[in-house]
Amino acid sequence: MSALDSLYQQIILEQAKARHGATLTDDQAAAVHLPAGTGQCHQLNPVCGDEITLRLVVENADDGGTPASARVGELLWSGDGCSISMASASILAELAVGMTPEELAGLIEQFRVVMRSRGAVVGDEDVLGDAAALSGVAKFPARVKCAMLAWVAAEDALRQAV
Amino acid sequence: MVTLTAPHDHTPELTNAEVRRIRNDFPILGQRVNGHPLVYLDSGATSQNPTCVLEAEQEFYEQRNSAVHRGAHTLAVDATDAFEDARATVAAFIGATDRELVWTANATAGLNLLAYAFSNASVGDTGADARQFALGPGDEIVVTEMEHHANLIPWQELCRRTGATLRHIPILDDGTLDLDAAASIIGARTRILAFTHVSNVLGVINPVAELAALGHAAGAFVVLDACQSAPHLPLDVKALGVDFAAFSGHKMLGPTGIGALYGRAELLDALPPFLAGGSMITTVTLERAEYLPSPQRFEAGTQPISQAVALAAAARYLHETGMGRIHAWEAQLGQRLVAGLEAIDGIRVLGPAAGVERAGLAAFEVAGVHAHDVGQFLDAAGIAVRVGHHCAQPLHRRLGLSASTRASAYLYNTTDDVDAFLDAVAGVRGYFGVA
Repeated sequence: MSALDSLYQQIILEQAKARHGATLTDDQAAAVHLPAGTGQCHQLNPVCGDEITLRLVVENADDGGTPASARVGELLWSGDGCSISMASASILAELAVGMTPEELAGLIEQFRVVMRSRGAVVGDEDVLGDAAALSGVAKFPARVKCAMLAWVAAEDALRQAV
Repeated sequence: MVTLTAPHDHTPELTNAEVRRIRNDFPILGQRVNGHPLVYLDSGATSQNPTCVLEAEQEFYEQRNSAVHRGAHTLAVDATDAFEDARATVAAFIGATDRELVWTANATAGLNLLAYAFSNASVGDTGADARQFALGPGDEIVVTEMEHHANLIPWQELCRRTGATLRHIPILDDGTLDLDAAASIIGARTRILAFTHVSNVLGVINPVAELAALGHAAGAFVVLDACQSAPHLPLDVKALGVDFAAFSGHKMLGPTGIGALYGRAELLDALPPFLAGGSMITTVTLERAEYLPSPQRFEAGTQPISQAVALAAAARYLHETGMGRIHAWEAQLGQRLVAGLEAIDGIRVLGPAAGVERAGLAAFEVAGVHAHDVGQFLDAAGIAVRVGHHCAQPLHRRLGLSASTRASAYLYNTTDDVDAFLDAVAGVRGYFGVA
């Protein structure tokens, strides 16, 4: 597979078009006050203009702690950007729902390790699911920010939600 | 003093054969990238250096390196001569005198210098001569909708500091400036009119003399962003009638870290300094200082000396090749770019259509494919282009885009480069499954 084909695997091009979870409305994106258990974050890559607003709802997290039953109930986003950033957000939305906050935080950390490895660490499909297909991005340092955009937003939104 | 020899504009126009000889002067262009011969179409962002420029910098460091305008030893004198010869050369290259050319890090630094000098004239008492530059509430600064951020944000900041108001001349749908609007926007309140000579996105060449006349009729200072014109076409700041002009060395075959601000001598001598410190003063007491005239009053601290010497070598190289020939060749490449892009399904070229005057660059949108992906696809074919907003967010917003892809040519690009680029662009939408 050429380096370009490893970057743009079929699953990435499909996910970029599918945009799973890209249902955040303009009103939601502009919300100032968020319900308990909800976090929201806007991220912008000023280099290329990639932009995402991501909302994350943690269910059963409203008793002040993070009970064992806490789960990511929803991950919604809206955004505009390159296929890598859009596919990455779509994949994350599919993966995150149903995870405990700890699992999601761990997933984000695993993904970051792969992205920062310059290709030395290949993502484990058992851990990262479809996000493992983004491993090829790590060989293109200029594109790592694109792939990380939604994940950085989710990390911040998760911190707010729990 | 070595300045510029007679221009070569009487020689025949550039051809692919001639350009292939020119390419031999640029060591970097001979390489392969990602398995393909490098096709460098990003000179609008930064240009490449011919061997004579690289050698000029090395020769300076090997033979003459020393501080300038201080010290009585032989190297100091040689270095000062080289530095001031470079100034005279670059000044002559744009039709100015050496007193009218201030070294800056780049065009951004030159425009900021100017904005801060106006700012300094607006605060406290900087003397009777400087009063003409003072701005306050009720005054207006006029820019255009197509400006690079470098010729926009310094003026936003100047307005914020002084209470002046920023206005802009809109563009028409074909990418050219709305000159009717310009005539009504530029008026008695206009103190500064700042605009680009050539749009780095649209390739539009603005009618500088006409706009300068409008500005001067209103009593405004006229500032030209010559970043995309000084490298590419015969530039004569006197003939254009502008008061100030800024450009960058690295876009005209020179090194990074060097550029220049041109200003009419009587204005520069009256303008308050921006950076203060060593080398820009006459008498200093513990309480106050008096300043040298231009250009030294704007050159505090040790300057990028070897870079200035190398930039002069670049100016000589361009001059000897002939700016008229370079401009004509790039105009051909620009037309070939646009005509070729327009013939590809799903491509929208920004700015003037094929057949209408433009510089040797073209920015475009590919339907269904983000610019970043277009650039990545082209890079895999060894083709270097710019992607993003090209430091012109307001212009992209006006065009309904957040980003575009730009191919920008220079004197070392052949029509083969353009054709290789067009062939690759034709494959973009198929690759990303949107064709």
